[in-house]
Amino acid sequence: MAKKTSLFDHHQRQKAKMVDFAGWDMPIQYEGIMAEHEAVREHVGIFDVSHMGEIEVQGPKALEFCQMLTTNDVAELKPGKIQYSCFLNREGGIIDDCTLYQLGPQHYLFVVNAASKDRVYEWFQKNAIDGAFIQDQSDQYALIALQGKKADDLLTAVLKKDLQSIPYYGFAWLEILGKAVLVSRTGYTGEDGFELYIPWDHAPKVWELLESKGLQEPFHLKTVGLGARDTLRLEMGYLLYGKDMSESTTPLEAGLQWICKMDKGSFIGKEALLTQKEKGFARRLRAISVLGRGVPRTGHTVWHDHKEVGLITSGTFSPSAKMGIALGYVPSELAIGTHVDIDIRGKKIPAKIVKAPFVSSNTKKSNK
Amino acid sequence: MEFPEDVKYTKEHEWVRVESNRKMVVVGITEYAQDKLGDVVHVDLPDPGAEVTLGDSFGSVESVKAVSDIYAPVSGKVKEINDTLLDTPELVNEDPYGEAWMVKIELADASELDDLLSPEEYKLHVAAEEEA
Repeated sequence: MAKKTSLFDHHQRQKAKMVDFAGWDMPIQYEGIMAEHEAVREHVGIFDVSHMGEIEVQGPKALEFCQMLTTNDVAELKPGKIQYSCFLNREGGIIDDCTLYQLGPQHYLFVVNAASKDRVYEWFQKNAIDGAFIQDQSDQYALIALQGKKADDLLTAVLKKDLQSIPYYGFAWLEILGKAVLVSRTGYTGEDGFELYIPWDHAPKVWELLESKGLQEPFHLKTVGLGARDTLRLEMGYLLYGKDMSESTTPLEAGLQWICKMDKGSFIGKEALLTQKEKGFARRLRAISVLGRGVPRTGHTVWHDHKEVGLITSGTFSPSAKMGIALGYVPSELAIGTHVDIDIRGKKIPAKIVKAPFVSSNTKKSNK
Repeated sequence: MEFPEDVKYTKEHEWVRVESNRKMVVVGITEYAQDKLGDVVHVDLPDPGAEVTLGDSFGSVESVKAVSDIYAPVSGKVKEINDTLLDTPELVNEDPYGEAWMVKIELADASELDDLLSPEEYKLHVAAEEEA
């Protein structure tokens, strides 16, 4: 029996199409992927992503534990700040990617993928140290994402509070309808916006509050499902765990070297990464635009010089760019600008390796 | 959900309108099919003049999230295609039984029409798929 978020009744009322996603009964679309996608790019969209996992680590050795388990430098964080990071196995394979929030001086919150949460929690337990208390809090936090050009204006109007003090990848605790809510300026769409971590049973009230204001002029708020969440993230070239990375790909291959701080001291998987860095690696993840007609999908093969050389891991039709876009693993020596073909249902369709994002990003950082 | 009475259906979710005294059919995909697919972004159709055989894939309809083959509901020769769908594939979502007709096929064997589903039979078929 699939798990339900506290917003399940709202999705049913809005006649969402539901799918099983990582053991959760989640909305894939409401009105349609194109309309929802466009709403986020032009106005603002609201998403239920309560299926995401939350694991807290606290205690005198919390920093030490987080440093050992993740690739990014946790010492660079401070309370109120967030970083993108990942966990590796000893071979350098990616166990999951995550956002890491520093809640307090010795207190961290990992937000991980729903499908990976149990595996990550087990990995934490296996590598636990005294003085770092690990707690799965996934059933405590509901998660609502508010994303789009008008997300800031809408949340400001609802809370009657200036949110400019929350920077990109920063957060604050704000009271919403009597309860403390963690409001972070993060997202998975390439637009400015927020993610709201809300006590599980309080989420429907917050959702209704955002919706009642959002449906008024000038916000044009739309409810957005996982379908458009995927097209939005792919247009940005954001990776999805389980598709574009897995335990058999390293962050170097996945293009995530920017979150691997080799000089921060030791962490699990570091030796494997150093070895791979020295020896080089055969393949890497690239963004690929389709030049002809056709939509690349997971599992399609990539061809260069009449030879099969790679594999598409994520692909879709880009609602904003109106063309096929994809992420896939190709030989490392194929540089940006290289022309390739993608075998789309038996037809070789011309495509090109490009630099992500496929459409320009409007997050607060990239705006300034 | 609409199940027009003036057409026949296939289990693969095409509709078939019989014309010209059982010599010609017009083919498209059903409202149920377009609803399952979601926003259609590409339609691939055969070239006019192509010979098609009952049950063979002769084109495809692609949405943001999935692609689906179109199967020939009868054998015969493609007389005409609706090439407006190549530039405006969204018509498949907007008007599946009307403006989004896909091909006209000249029948090779009119008796194949007898195996198509009636609206009532197709409705049951859809209900069974929804159950599964």
